[in-house]
Amino acid sequence: MEIIAGISLWIIPVLIGFILLYGTWKRVPAYELFVEGGKEGIKVAFSIIPFLTGMLVAISVFRASGAMEFFVGLFRPVLDFFGIPSEIVPLAILRPISGNAALGVTSDLIATYGPDSFIGRLASVMQGSTDTTLYILTVYFGAVGIKKIGDSLKIGLIADFISYIVSFAVVSIFFGSALS
Amino acid sequence: MINLIWVFLMVTSIVFAMFNGTMEEVNKAVFEGAREAVTLCIGFISILVFWLGLMKIAQDSGLLDKFSNLFRPVAKKIFPDIPDNHPVMGYILSNMTANMFGLGNAATPLGIKAMEELKKLNGGKDEASRSMTTFLVINTASITIIPTTVLSIRMNYGSVSPAEIVVPTIIASTASTVCAILIDRWIYNRKNRRRVK
Repeated sequence: MEIIAGISLWIIPVLIGFILLYGTWKRVPAYELFVEGGKEGIKVAFSIIPFLTGMLVAISVFRASGAMEFFVGLFRPVLDFFGIPSEIVPLAILRPISGNAALGVTSDLIATYGPDSFIGRLASVMQGSTDTTLYILTVYFGAVGIKKIGDSLKIGLIADFISYIVSFAVVSIFFGSALS
Repeated sequence: MINLIWVFLMVTSIVFAMFNGTMEEVNKAVFEGAREAVTLCIGFISILVFWLGLMKIAQDSGLLDKFSNLFRPVAKKIFPDIPDNHPVMGYILSNMTANMFGLGNAATPLGIKAMEELKKLNGGKDEASRSMTTFLVINTASITIIPTTVLSIRMNYGSVSPAEIVVPTIIASTASTVCAILIDRWIYNRKNRRRVK
């Protein structure tokens, strides 16, 4: 486990070093490209603001009113049996539907339970390891005019469900189970 | 659908607060939620600027193309219906690589381009072909190497080790992608067998 924690720490710096060396070896103007690409980052971050504000307000209000607790409590009896924290349910439901809503729930969970708690880690891995199925389906198929989507929605949602189970298993193995 | 969910969350909360006596908390949550969202986005700027800047070097130096070619042999097995050396494979591989490195904005146009080509391969019909479904499944399960926004959120809330979830995320996303491809294949085979009978 210590080795894997080590890899997590090393992977980003090593990747940075490698990209810079490769770029220099290929004689591209590394710093100038960096600046150019970085400008895109500012645009992306600013463009998320209205989406995330809308979603995070809705989710904060949902939690503060007590509705979240009530809703989550409905799932508790079943999920407790498997040792899964029911607090994760809103993320699991919203993840395939809206990327920004999921991002809002993830940050709400991390803020409420702490980034280094079991729930915080599980939310981090779940958020990172799947994409917004419905968005991809509508954008990709919509753009090229596919009307008969066949089994793709079903398989996409099964894939999301598998992602959740795998995320839960991986986080339990790496960081200890939710019960301990 | 997203409009409905958003309104549902808000309205249920307000009605709930009326009966639950949590109006004060709800009031606070409106403004705190908004403030937190902006704080988070400001936090995203630092990571996104750095990461997208770095990725521009990786793109222009040809490193990303090199990397995506590593997956070509695997992709051939995953997409048996795509003829050898067809350009669509290039789009699919670039789209996968862009997703892996958190370049969502670059991934979408590549993905649409791939879908266009797949539609042509399917005779321009308006139904999803086998390869299209597989491509979609790979995209939704999405192998991730660097989850930039998650790292930023963890930093914002004072994680002792924001990056500790990197390897778990890689493992979880890879394992779920493999499972998703297998299920896609299984469902396809089952249907096909029925058709033959």
